Amino acid sequence: MTDTPQKISDNDKKEEPTRRDFLYLTAASMGAVAVGSIAWPLVNQMSPAKDTLALATTEVDIAPVEVGQAITVMWRGAPVFIRHRTDEEIMKARSVKLADLRDPQTDEERVQKEKWLVMTGICTHLGCVPLGQKPSDPKGDYNGWFCPCHGSHYDTSGRIRKGPAPTNLVIPPYEFTGDTVVKIG
Amino acid sequence: MASGPREKFDNNVIEWVDSRLPIFTMLQKEYGVFPTPKNFNYFWNFGAILMIMLGIMIITGITLAMHYTANANLAFDSVERIMRDVNYGWLLRYIHANGASFFFIAVYIHIFRGLYYGSYKQPRELLWMFGVTIFLLMMATAFMGYVLPWGQMSFWGAQVITSFFSAIPLVGEEITVWLRGGFSIDNATLTRFFALHYLMPFVIAAVVALHVWALHVTGSNNPLGIDVKTKQDTLPFNPYYTIKDSFGVLVFMLFYVGFVFFAPNVLGHADNYIPANPLVTPAHIVPEWYFLPFYAILRAFTFGVNLPILIGLAITAFAMKPFFSNKTKEEINLKTVGITFAIAGIFFLIGYFSQYQLESGETMILGGSFISAAFIDAKLCGVLAMFGSIAILFVLPFMDKHPVRSARFRPWFRIATLLLVLDFFVLMVCGAKPAEGFWVPLSQVAMLYYMGYFIIGIPFLSKFEPVLDLPDSIHQAVTQGKTKKSVKKKA
Repeated sequence: MTDTPQKISDNDKKEEPTRRDFLYLTAASMGAVAVGSIAWPLVNQMSPAKDTLALATTEVDIAPVEVGQAITVMWRGAPVFIRHRTDEEIMKARSVKLADLRDPQTDEERVQKEKWLVMTGICTHLGCVPLGQKPSDPKGDYNGWFCPCHGSHYDTSGRIRKGPAPTNLVIPPYEFTGDTVVKIG
Repeated sequence: MASGPREKFDNNVIEWVDSRLPIFTMLQKEYGVFPTPKNFNYFWNFGAILMIMLGIMIITGITLAMHYTANANLAFDSVERIMRDVNYGWLLRYIHANGASFFFIAVYIHIFRGLYYGSYKQPRELLWMFGVTIFLLMMATAFMGYVLPWGQMSFWGAQVITSFFSAIPLVGEEITVWLRGGFSIDNATLTRFFALHYLMPFVIAAVVALHVWALHVTGSNNPLGIDVKTKQDTLPFNPYYTIKDSFGVLVFMLFYVGFVFFAPNVLGHADNYIPANPLVTPAHIVPEWYFLPFYAILRAFTFGVNLPILIGLAITAFAMKPFFSNKTKEEINLKTVGITFAIAGIFFLIGYFSQYQLESGETMILGGSFISAAFIDAKLCGVLAMFGSIAILFVLPFMDKHPVRSARFRPWFRIATLLLVLDFFVLMVCGAKPAEGFWVPLSQVAMLYYMGYFIIGIPFLSKFEPVLDLPDSIHQAVTQGKTKKSVKKKA
């Protein structure tokens, strides 16, 4: 440090933080906290409300569903497919090599009881309801479900095999509360 | 806005107001004597037409809202009640529903005008960007409005469009639930869409005000694309363009009113007269016609980005680098660029067909699934491309460095732009057809042209398109009839 007059005046310009600076910063941060605390309610009000969340479980009696039949039930405003699979369908789903799958998952990972396939009936591409629940519906190239919107084919385990959908049909949380009663959610 | 020295008005009331708030002075300056290029063609009517359309939509919309009920159980019936029981309800609803279509017809022509005559270029970049913002807001408004009748197309359209957001990695699912206000499209979705549909037109009106403000700073472009130089080049806005705009508005209204009275449902879908049913998807979900080109771009992505395609993209970026640099056209070796593009093209083809093979389950010739599998999946690519196809308009003014504005004096740009219009219609048809067979590759080619036009075409033409001799002034061109391509190439 040389002490030419120029340097000294430069140093003088670098002011020490004052009490006033502290006040500015405090006021600004309190303001930020205030804005944030009101912004969050404004954003979060759009999330599902408590009554929407309260509809989170559905119980279904599946006793009347014969082998080869399927039913559609509503859960959280969306369809859930419950299929009573035939032995042939189960065999087909289990004989697939994992390497051939876009979203590799074994059939065992997707069911709790091998006869009953429970999954959300919403195509993972853009949310349409795939066809294949009624005997008259097209079932796609893999004899499972076919989404008519953009042509995704699902197999007898609800796994994506062909078409634009990125992942398998989603398995919702469910449990068998009795031999023939399923609680979804 | 208008301050400073002010001329007195003869009428005492006007003068009393104007001396306190110079609104009449402002109107006189901006719409009375406002100097406007004297060579406008009918493409310059569409700004005025759009203003009228916005007004019609807001007025009919507010009156419809007096009878509409935003509730999932009541919405469909309330719309039917508007059609059957409310006095002139059918008229208001048909004006509003067809108004959306004609709003988009006008805005597409308006955007084409801006593109073709280079209105987006310096000094009107910000003006153009406000315009693109308005277009985006219009799309959001139209989409949410279409959901309100709560028919099958409303419901499933909402389902598909909100699902776009689920393509976002990691947080996509949460964002979708937040947007819908539930785990599926339901009452919460309907009520928020109604609130926003009511709000958005006023936001649009505010951005229109900025758009017009910016226009009145730079002044209008014109079919020759050359600057106004003297007073001889212009006419006062009133009466010349107030009359021409009125005429254009009336002709446009004839078509619009024709649809309202004689074919009110031609532009809609019959499925939307079926109440929404979350358990049954319509056989063929199609958006409204004005969204079809973008929908086609979304669906063109039956493939994602895998390793070969990523390499192809990197090589393309490398090949395009000189076009975005300060290099002159002599410094760019076109042969090298061509070869680089060819290599990129080979990588694209490998990437595309290896995914096609993986998809169809045929034997792999082009490497294992590690190379061919997409790490950015088709869905995300489609969504990004669809938003990108509009977002690219924002940066267009900064990509096009060619000194000439109007396509009249840019023969290459002219052909490329007219082809883009054709391409837009091809995409529109592809978007309306089911995504299968011949329509898939056609939409992919059309999508490539759309992207190529902006990403490769515009920067390439900026450097390589010859600069023609322009007319000295608008006045000279108009009086000597030199408005067409009669100008010779610069020696």
